[in-house]
Amino acid sequence: MLKILKYSFYDLMRSRWSYVYFVFYLLLGFVLLFLNNNVSKAVITLMNVIIILTPLIGTIFGVMYYYNSKEFTGLLLAQPIKRSTIFLGQYFGVALSLSMSLVVGLGIPFIAYGIFMSDAIWDFGLLLVTGAFLTFIFTALSFNIALRNENRIKGFGYAILLWLFMAVIYDGIFLMSLMIFEDYPLDTFSLSATMFNPIDLSRVLILLKLDISALMGYTGAIFQKFFGTNFGMFLSIGVLALWVLIPVWFIRRVARRKDF
Amino acid sequence: MNWIFVYICIFFIVPHTGMLQAETIRVCKKCEASTIKEGILKAAPYDTVLVQKGTYKEVDIRIDKPLVLKGENYPLIDGEFKGEIITIVSDDVTIDGLFIINVGTSYTKDYAAVRVTRSENFLLQNLVLEKLFFGIYLEKSNNGRIYHNNILGDAEEEYNSGNGIQLWYSNNIEIEHNTISRVRDGIYLEFANNCTIRNNKSVNNIRYGLHFMFSNNDVYSNNTFENNGAGVAVMFSKEITMHNNVFQDNWGTASYGMLLKEINDSEIIGNTFKDNTVGINIEGSNRVTYKGNDFIGNGWAIKSRGACYTNLFLENNFLFNSFDLSYNSRLNDNKFENNYWSNYAGYDLDKDGIGDIPYRPVKLFSYVVNNTPEAIILLRSLFVDIIDFSEKVSPVFTPDNLVDQFPKMKPFAHDRN
Repeated sequence: MLKILKYSFYDLMRSRWSYVYFVFYLLLGFVLLFLNNNVSKAVITLMNVIIILTPLIGTIFGVMYYYNSKEFTGLLLAQPIKRSTIFLGQYFGVALSLSMSLVVGLGIPFIAYGIFMSDAIWDFGLLLVTGAFLTFIFTALSFNIALRNENRIKGFGYAILLWLFMAVIYDGIFLMSLMIFEDYPLDTFSLSATMFNPIDLSRVLILLKLDISALMGYTGAIFQKFFGTNFGMFLSIGVLALWVLIPVWFIRRVARRKDF
Repeated sequence: MNWIFVYICIFFIVPHTGMLQAETIRVCKKCEASTIKEGILKAAPYDTVLVQKGTYKEVDIRIDKPLVLKGENYPLIDGEFKGEIITIVSDDVTIDGLFIINVGTSYTKDYAAVRVTRSENFLLQNLVLEKLFFGIYLEKSNNGRIYHNNILGDAEEEYNSGNGIQLWYSNNIEIEHNTISRVRDGIYLEFANNCTIRNNKSVNNIRYGLHFMFSNNDVYSNNTFENNGAGVAVMFSKEITMHNNVFQDNWGTASYGMLLKEINDSEIIGNTFKDNTVGINIEGSNRVTYKGNDFIGNGWAIKSRGACYTNLFLENNFLFNSFDLSYNSRLNDNKFENNYWSNYAGYDLDKDGIGDIPYRPVKLFSYVVNNTPEAIILLRSLFVDIIDFSEKVSPVFTPDNLVDQFPKMKPFAHDRN
């Protein structure tokens, strides 16, 4: 598996798109810091970008990579290598290279502007960790979609739909149900609804670490009480990890049974 | 020539010597009085008791005749946490330049560093109060002045701390140039009318920087209220004038720059509200004019909780607030005009400095949050940005007539003096 991972990783590292992605984050980081020169405020702006963009890029890149390397995959399948090894190797190659673009691309400008000196280091770290998690989650989901759909157009369509659902539609349904059931106690509901969507979970995790959490009033206080403790923090990291593990397990299962 | 000299003596000097009969009694270890109490006992009405530098461990000093109690080089009066330190029960008393510490804490009595009871024409100035329960406490005392005092508490909790300056049934009081920090309420007014509160600094208090209850016709201007537990509360009062105050850094889940409750016929002009969770929280306040204020970087600039009618919001700057306005009903009787809104995205084709399309300060999300507070968890979600945008284009939920018809294109440069 490591060999294939290495191969996919280097292959992607050489590809133009990783560079574009890397340079995009690099520029974003520098421009943000240049414009307001305040590390903690840049973290807030960056959160908006990361929460929306990393899942989108992860999804599209994952699907694209799978379809593009289909012929090479076919070649590999002819060799005496375990199927799960091939697909997991490819998956980790993609996810790792994307996360590296993110972490290094944002890391360089922030280090240059003195993130180590600032109090925002933990917020920034959390931001990168959740960004990497989101990349892993959405790449895994997109691999699942691609494995199940031979038709590229269909595969892309589903992948975009998945992103749209998680980033926008889910929140719409969430908001509607909050408004419809406003007569009932909604604390537990909103807590669990947040848990079930990795984008929402990451957003709330980061927001609660920032000053802006004071805006959330008593709802925020309930969330703070939950996520602020070690237990809550571990639980949410655990949920994010589950969001990675379950799709990866599905990749293995589908790959083993699939008829190429 | 001689006659003229004699006349001068008779008409000018003789009456003066008559007034100079007010004597000065010195208090120090080796003086005619060794304790402040003794000094007061020896003094005749309208005398001066001059306390020289040193430490005086005294409590329950009762001033029952008109006199001046003056400290030289800030003598220290240590109450050793035994109770109240100075009580004034006479008219025309001046206290000047003392350093008073260690007031006793009690759960049944409001011990104060200086208390004025049923007296008039007093002046409390240049006092330094530390480690206190209540600082300056006026009850049923009118026409006084509290000037240039420094009150520094060490309050940790609301239930076992007192207020910096407290007025109870006291009218015509001037409170100026005081610095108050780390007490429960910086300045607390209850049934205090016609008072002037000017140029004070009330910071880092546990509860409110300034707290108004049932006090009418008061003026407060040029004060700074910073980093207080809950900001400033103005409640159940009318005809209050608030000019050029600064409310900033009152940040927390239950903090406000200013909380208005049942305030009628008042003026809020030229104030700055900066970095507060809520700039002004308004509840049941009518006929209030908000003019020329700056709202900068607040969570909510204005949160209107209902029952607010005929208020005017004119020529204010709303700069970079998360929400400019939160409003909880479909009915609007308040007027917003000629304000500058940093979120305004309109244009000005005729170049008259006023935007050609009206601005709607209430975002849909802020309306939703008002109805279902739990929805705030979706703050900064992409979905929320999308619905805000669509509501901006075609308003459905937010009040139709809650608009600024003439939004300014450029912020006002307010003159703050």
